[in-house]
Amino acid sequence: MAVYVIRRLVSTIAIMAMVGIFIFLLLRLAPGDPAAVMAGRNADPQTIANIREQLGLNEPLPVQFIHWARDMLRGDFGTSIFSGWPVLELISQRVEPTVSLGVMTLILSVSVGVTFGILAAWGAGRVVDLALTAFSALGYSVPVFVVGYFFIYVFAIRTQWLPVQGYVSIEQGVGPWFVHLILPTVALSIPYVAYLARIARASMLEVLSEDYMRTAAAKGASSYAMLFHHGLKNAGAPILTAIGLSFAYLISGVVITETVFNVPGVGRLVVDAITSRDYPVIQGVLILVSGLYVLINLAVDLSYTLVDPRIRY
Amino acid sequence: MALLIVLALAAPLYAGDPLNMDPFKRLQPPSAEMWFGSDHLGRDVFARTMFGARISLFVGLACSALTALGGLLIGVVAGYSRGFDNIIMRIMDGLMSIPTFLLAIALISLTGPGLSILIVAITIPDLPSVARLVRSVVLGVRERPYVEAALCGGARLPRVLWRHILPSTFPALMVQSASVCASAILTEAGLSFLGVGVPPEIPSWGNMIASSRLYLAVAPMTIFAPGICLAFTVLAVNLLGDGLRDLFDPRAKRRR
Repeated sequence: MAVYVIRRLVSTIAIMAMVGIFIFLLLRLAPGDPAAVMAGRNADPQTIANIREQLGLNEPLPVQFIHWARDMLRGDFGTSIFSGWPVLELISQRVEPTVSLGVMTLILSVSVGVTFGILAAWGAGRVVDLALTAFSALGYSVPVFVVGYFFIYVFAIRTQWLPVQGYVSIEQGVGPWFVHLILPTVALSIPYVAYLARIARASMLEVLSEDYMRTAAAKGASSYAMLFHHGLKNAGAPILTAIGLSFAYLISGVVITETVFNVPGVGRLVVDAITSRDYPVIQGVLILVSGLYVLINLAVDLSYTLVDPRIRY
Repeated sequence: MALLIVLALAAPLYAGDPLNMDPFKRLQPPSAEMWFGSDHLGRDVFARTMFGARISLFVGLACSALTALGGLLIGVVAGYSRGFDNIIMRIMDGLMSIPTFLLAIALISLTGPGLSILIVAITIPDLPSVARLVRSVVLGVRERPYVEAALCGGARLPRVLWRHILPSTFPALMVQSASVCASAILTEAGLSFLGVGVPPEIPSWGNMIASSRLYLAVAPMTIFAPGICLAFTVLAVNLLGDGLRDLFDPRAKRRR
């Protein structure tokens, strides 16, 4: 076990280094002159030169890389070209709404998605299954912004049950915070629920056809005990993997959802940075999020033993 | 799916001019003249929606073709040569760990929006999954007796790869391509929606939704027409993928 953990950690560091090299090369190998793109359409040569200087693009490539990697490891993600603020500070100001939205979505979609998957597997071939499978095929295909605007139109504009857009910090009261998060969370969750339900169903069906399930049924176990005690425990690992991998989906969803619902989170920060051509900000978010993604998948890998004690490394 | 392609290809024949602005007919409700109403610049939403299908399908097909080609190349090389395998797969691991959507945003923010850069930006992050898939198939096939027999019979390596190994990757590749196509269409729409996809003067579903979002309360059709088309296109491609999988892997069907 210890050997496995160490090996896994080493490979994680290698992957992180790889990610770092990619992100580093992205700016350097992009076709055209990124500095000119960032400076805007009518920039004079001096501004472009300044941006090149600020990004450190005038030095030889290996020197650039060493400087860049050193800064990144120190947690210095550079300064925003647009506002002059340190990128890390800009990001940390925007973290709260994004984390709220992400965690709420995760809770909602894992609980609903896995439940749907189990129900569908339990009623395989029957109406429950058909309905849930149809839902997940559709839910997986509808883009977040379409669902988002549909919800805004129905629940906020037509019926005025919920606020149209915006975000209220949790410090200003849990009630308003929650109410503002309902629509974005549900909209963002739909494709996620669909995906998890699909995986959970497939993995449960696999388990349900095992011999020990027949034995459990023969000895008179209730269907509840069969599904949760015998079934879900054994179907857990693939579902866990799916949750970890779909984190990448969650990120793209967050960026779009925050734009639709006007939530001032990290996603909005990225979108605003696109319009103001503020590459350091985009790069900072890209690095942090990729790192987080790698770590989450490491955690998922290591947690297999908790879900399924039979897995030994 | 076939209907979608026909509708998209024939758009110029029946749909009218998607760029024609009529300032006197702004935000009209659906009518006989303009089936889906008009947007805030008085453009015909029906025409724009039909033209949008061309962009979506083109991006989807181009991306899935490119990833299939690139993934096939990388996967076969990785699967067949032990030396490169490790290096290539580590690079792919790294690439896979960068979230697709953010990578595409970063790439486009460096080069400025455009249709071809958009396709490249969607293709690159999708490469590793296809490459991995091809590699695993190649690894499984290359030790098979018929491959050895072909090599012993004096066939040269490129010919063996082409005639004996490549065909066995096709079923898995086609299923994967369908899902790449679906996700490419979604990504294109998402990027266009955020303003980093297709340039705004081209009618694409993402652009239409983005430019109409302020008028949701007044003219919901301007958002829902392209939105629903988008959803159905992706659904059609996804179902096509499921169908292909059932066709190539009857075992999976029985389990369903």
